Amino acid sequence: MPLLDVRDLSVVFNRRGTKPVTAVDGVSFTVEPGQTVGLVGESGCGKSVTSLAIMGLLPRRGNKVTGEVRFDDTDLLKLRPQDLRDWRGRDIGMIFQDPLSSLNPVLPLGIQVAEVLERHQGRTRQAALREARGLLDAVGIPDPQRRLKDYPHQLSGGMRQRALIAIALACKPRLLIADEPTTALDVTIQAQILTLLKELVDDSGTALVMITHDLGVVAGLCDTVNVLYAGKVVERAYRHHLFAEPRHPYTDGLLQSVPRLDVDRGRRLHQIRGSVSDNIPWPEGCAFAPRCDRVIDDCIGSVVPLEPTFRGGALRCANPVPLEVPA
Amino acid sequence: MTDTLVSLDNLKVHFPIKSGLLFDRTVGHVYAVDGVSLSIARGQTYGLVGESGCGKSTLGRGLLRLVEPTAGGITFDGTDVRALSGERLRQFRRRMQMVFQDPMSSLDPRQSVESLLVEGLKAHGLQADASARLRSTLDSVGLPVSALNKYPHEFSGGQRQRIGIARALVLGPELIVADEPVSALDVSIQAQVVNLLDDLQESLGLTYLVIAHDLAVIRHISDTIGVMYLGALVEEAGADQLYDRPLHPYTRALLSAVPIPDPQVEDQRERMLLAGDLPSPANPPSGCRFRTRCPWSQERCASSRPELRVFDASGQRVACHYAEQILSGELRPHEVHAELVRPDSDSDVAGELIPTQPDLPTP
Repeated sequence: MPLLDVRDLSVVFNRRGTKPVTAVDGVSFTVEPGQTVGLVGESGCGKSVTSLAIMGLLPRRGNKVTGEVRFDDTDLLKLRPQDLRDWRGRDIGMIFQDPLSSLNPVLPLGIQVAEVLERHQGRTRQAALREARGLLDAVGIPDPQRRLKDYPHQLSGGMRQRALIAIALACKPRLLIADEPTTALDVTIQAQILTLLKELVDDSGTALVMITHDLGVVAGLCDTVNVLYAGKVVERAYRHHLFAEPRHPYTDGLLQSVPRLDVDRGRRLHQIRGSVSDNIPWPEGCAFAPRCDRVIDDCIGSVVPLEPTFRGGALRCANPVPLEVPA
Repeated sequence: MTDTLVSLDNLKVHFPIKSGLLFDRTVGHVYAVDGVSLSIARGQTYGLVGESGCGKSTLGRGLLRLVEPTAGGITFDGTDVRALSGERLRQFRRRMQMVFQDPMSSLDPRQSVESLLVEGLKAHGLQADASARLRSTLDSVGLPVSALNKYPHEFSGGQRQRIGIARALVLGPELIVADEPVSALDVSIQAQVVNLLDDLQESLGLTYLVIAHDLAVIRHISDTIGVMYLGALVEEAGADQLYDRPLHPYTRALLSAVPIPDPQVEDQRERMLLAGDLPSPANPPSGCRFRTRCPWSQERCASSRPELRVFDASGQRVACHYAEQILSGELRPHEVHAELVRPDSDSDVAGELIPTQPDLPTP
């Protein structure tokens, strides 16, 4: 049984005076225990909103969240806010992009790590602080005893992100959701943090949902990758399949448009024409069709369903990139 | 011999740190750019890479005198730019323009595109044939003429960056300094802007100084690449040469840190992880600035600062005492202890350290 089973999750932003915006449109995916799953897409594709909806962190007012988020067979969307709070931090940890705005600027780091342990495991302040020291040590923060008294502004970006990871993993959650955890960091620091995440996840058997726009990060980390476009999953595949033989024209275009360090530089980059647009001229067809080179009549006229592929993935495309047939 | 358009000679930009209630005492300096010499050939692209805080943006601004350099020389096409002042400097600026990272905050939201573009022309007394110039400029960056009457918020991110480029181009400059021109854009849009910069260079014979943190993008667009660390160049080489044979330990670390979108490559790669963070530019380490994080550092690195020297006939330049020994494998990497770096204070650098696993490829 999967640890997390997201079924047909939709989020509609409904603000008075404006047209409703469907940010997430029927997203389904599963995460097995210990598995690392990637959600990849460009800005506005709904990847962050998906993670917030899973954690119940979207404001209730003005947002309509439908579908199911089954964690251990409990539908998180049906829980009352005060009950959900018992799950968050204990069973599901979360790391956000900007560590400075996720940490409380007026509380010392030690208290912020300790409060998770106090809330969920009923530790005393003293015991929790002792444990916090060990946690900071485990995420590679130098001199953890003294850092307990430090405030977030006294730490560098990389150290802050390490502290946030320590908080997220304090109660040994079974699932960790990381929303662009390295985007605000420099490459050498990014490499440190990714290596750390990988080690921690491997050691503890925590499942990881990695949300990122960076295909390189996904390539090294995730078992299965979901590619999102305009609020929908357009392709899901095991990472080796996805990168070697992308089937959806969007995935294919994305992979080709990134300059790569390890291949000879050609004259021009492949470019996907146009940009993500809110006003798709047809109500049901494929949202990527206006930018797609492989567009056919079926893309525009009717709903393009997400269909399973023989390789264990899924694909939402009426005219996918053909597989190379071995001669 | 290639024709040099711009050269910098030991350029320094230091920012004073002021303190005190009544008197602004200068208590120290941030050594943002600390002695950079480089030259950019006409019609070529010079890429400057480095992590945040290494001084790459300040270098670009210093070159255009948008911030006043503390010392050193800037020569643009035979003219000593630092000797210019007042009206002559203002007129000279027409020849060197800048494209900024975030097109939303660098374009005035209350000005239409036409007014944004005409502003520069007016300042330089070129409004005579303004409308023809605007049309051809918009055309060259791939925007329709109807864009003239619109405002920045009506465009997407990629289109806004095109407006930013058009604003730089409209004056017919020779040099464009582009500071992180694509880092605010999505991957699919990045490729469009990178290709546009490429096309413009070809058709207009522009010279670029491109500043970016993304090594893959820099490698794609540059002819020559300079790697900066803590205010100074640590290595400079042709784009392919740098990636084929990085000499400086920092360049090696940077290259190995960039994730590659290919699982097969990622699985087999050996990563060289740097310990710790970038030290404060207000209190740089003695000797070689990289020595606190360098797995090859020796005693000599603490006492003498390595000069950027020509390594061999290829023209590759490197600032490392031991580049030869590291390349040949004579010098073995050792363990590095992460020093805690405080983002805002230059004192209290903790002495007690944690060991990190030396996970280094043999050279």
